[in-house]
Amino acid sequence: MDLNLSDEQRLLRESAERFVAGSYNADHRRKMANDPLGFSPAVWKQFAELGWLALPLPEEFDGLGGGAVEIGILMEAFGRGLVSEPYVATVVLGAALIARCGTNEQKQASLPKIADGTLKLAFAHSERAARFDLAKVATSATRTTQGWRLAGSKIAVLDGHAADEIIVSALMHDHHGPSGRIGLFVVPATAPGLAISDYPRLGGGRACNIELSDVNLPEDALLGDGHDALPAIEWAIDRAMAALGAEAVGIMQTLLDTTLDYTKIRKQFGRPLSANQVIRHRLADMAMQVDEARSMALRAALKVDAAPTERARAASGAKAKIGKCARFVGEQSIQLHGGMGVTEELEVGAYFKRLVASDTLFGGSAHHYARHAELGRKA
Amino acid sequence: MDLKFNAEERAFQDEVRSFIAKNLTDEMKRATALTPSVFSDPDIGMAWQRALHKQGWGAPGWPVEHGGPAWTPAQRWIFETESARAGVPNVNVMGVKMVGPVIIGFGSPEQKNFYLPRILSGEDYWCQGYSEPGSGSDLSSLKTRAVRDGDDYVINGTKIWTTHAHHANRMFALVRTSDGPRQQDGISFILIDMKTPGITTRPILTIGGDHEVNQVFFDDVRVPVANRVGEEGKGWTYGKYLLEFERGSGIASAKLREGLKAIADLAESDLTGRAIDSPDIAFRISEVEVDIDALEMTELRVLSALQTGQNPGAVSSILKLRNSEIRQAVTRLGVDVIGHDALAVEPMRPLYKLNHEPPTPEEMLTVVPEYLNGRAYTIFGGTSEIQRDIIAKMMLGI
Repeated sequence: MDLNLSDEQRLLRESAERFVAGSYNADHRRKMANDPLGFSPAVWKQFAELGWLALPLPEEFDGLGGGAVEIGILMEAFGRGLVSEPYVATVVLGAALIARCGTNEQKQASLPKIADGTLKLAFAHSERAARFDLAKVATSATRTTQGWRLAGSKIAVLDGHAADEIIVSALMHDHHGPSGRIGLFVVPATAPGLAISDYPRLGGGRACNIELSDVNLPEDALLGDGHDALPAIEWAIDRAMAALGAEAVGIMQTLLDTTLDYTKIRKQFGRPLSANQVIRHRLADMAMQVDEARSMALRAALKVDAAPTERARAASGAKAKIGKCARFVGEQSIQLHGGMGVTEELEVGAYFKRLVASDTLFGGSAHHYARHAELGRKA
Repeated sequence: MDLKFNAEERAFQDEVRSFIAKNLTDEMKRATALTPSVFSDPDIGMAWQRALHKQGWGAPGWPVEHGGPAWTPAQRWIFETESARAGVPNVNVMGVKMVGPVIIGFGSPEQKNFYLPRILSGEDYWCQGYSEPGSGSDLSSLKTRAVRDGDDYVINGTKIWTTHAHHANRMFALVRTSDGPRQQDGISFILIDMKTPGITTRPILTIGGDHEVNQVFFDDVRVPVANRVGEEGKGWTYGKYLLEFERGSGIASAKLREGLKAIADLAESDLTGRAIDSPDIAFRISEVEVDIDALEMTELRVLSALQTGQNPGAVSSILKLRNSEIRQAVTRLGVDVIGHDALAVEPMRPLYKLNHEPPTPEEMLTVVPEYLNGRAYTIFGGTSEIQRDIIAKMMLGI
């Protein structure tokens, strides 16, 4: 049992924090908020040079073989700077699905290009009617003589507008109708029949809705051998939730630091806000919740490779608890900044909005406490 | 980073498990499960202390020269966790965990030679004389006075919330020996034999129906000056040192987990008409379980820092606060899980020696008393409000 960072992990943290502090500031974020791409290709290139895109990929495909703890270190630093590059979409979700489900040829074709920054991915899974139920997929994949034909709609696809390829989940149909198995299909962004409508995402970056109108794909667009991909989807999203949790910790820490500074400077009734016990206790509660969130994000990261139920309970527990902490810390950061907290003139609101987006993504606290309870009863 | 224990740690875990299996009797286990107050009664608690002492495990936190087992922080974690899982008696901490470290840190050689072995063996049973009716959170305003008269102090005043004073043969107390410029000055740390003439004890019944705390009165009580620990007037420093032990003993998640498990078992049982089938109850069980997971991780993070000789910093001040709040959440949930059985009061104590049929199934007997007594968790050892002051000051610098 040892929860201390290794030397390599400490170096990673330092370089990530240094990068974010140096390259990410309010001006950059404002520029990105109005940018049609929502992030900077130059920064993405730097991510590749720093080895961050290769970080969790297997070593035999030009990766560095890092794990969820390393991703968490990076994501926490990203949170502090409100980084909007498509790291979760490409590396945490897309690359992980290919590494887990792909054939050797598919991995060879994609992973080295992800590592060097020349291939960006997105994962299209959520559908409006499914809400947060990962098993509910109506998008269909029908056998054709050439391969597959995909039809359906997807929502909340992170960074789909910027992806070179989109991994789409679809219910596979054979000659007898629906097979009950979900397949993952690699769809080129340029495929005929694919329509992407993107929008600015709450809290920075972009997302999109996708329409698939009879998109014809070759045989090898299907990742792997056609086994049901649901366990892999659950696994990938549990990992993504651990990563989002670490990012939320970085965001919350920045909000706490900023709010603490403000309450020391801002004077009312002739003394700083922080001289009031009601304010000090609020800040103590915020600090405690940031720390609890930190513990839960680390716990989820350390359990991503555990048995499915244990992993899923850790991920859902973290998602639920961190979401709850994030709402409290975010809302109270605005409250303690007073009227200024509600304006776009400070960045408190931008950080808060990213927390709300992360809380909602893949299901909020209520959904994940319920999933945690459900999995606990089966265990 | 790794959450798993290494081979040595697993071997130690086996050693602890087999020690517990050999020494924990069914009677002790049942008595512990049926005790709704913080500490086991002395017959149960001290029986366990004697078994630990025989094994050389009587005082996990003490230095080796005074009989400590020289455990690593990870070993202490394993010991506490296995003990909680097995449901061992809750030994009164006033001796081993509280006055012991103060005597080791500040006592004279004579005091160490006399008191420490008696704490280890369980021969002495200690209580704490800190709070007074007029001095709660503002402890250093205390007024119990010790006036020098030859080789004695003559003590007058009163102490309150004295846990197990009615069982104890010794008390460590903070008393005022002079009036300094600050109210923290002039306080001394004194060891008192409870059989000394002039000491009377009044029981205080708490809302859960238990007699655990007392008020103790001192009426011209003569205590040898040799019973003072450290310097005269420096007692506040020693007392604070001890309070840090009370707050930071910090391995609490395993006990919370067992408490929640007992409630979850009731919720899954026909005794409660399967309370868990109500989504609201299932949800709250998960909510508390996740809070325990977070506390456990924080404890392990502190422990990892300690293992490598780092100072865990102010994060440990969070532990007392979260532990007490989660304990209350567990007991609150318990009351809601047992439903109508929460109406039934069993006034007799101890609950493990009733000579009549209790009003509820035995598994439920402690639920309401624990909830009611448990309101004290966020009050004793520094209220939650005081803890938040400490976090604001130590962690946030405001």
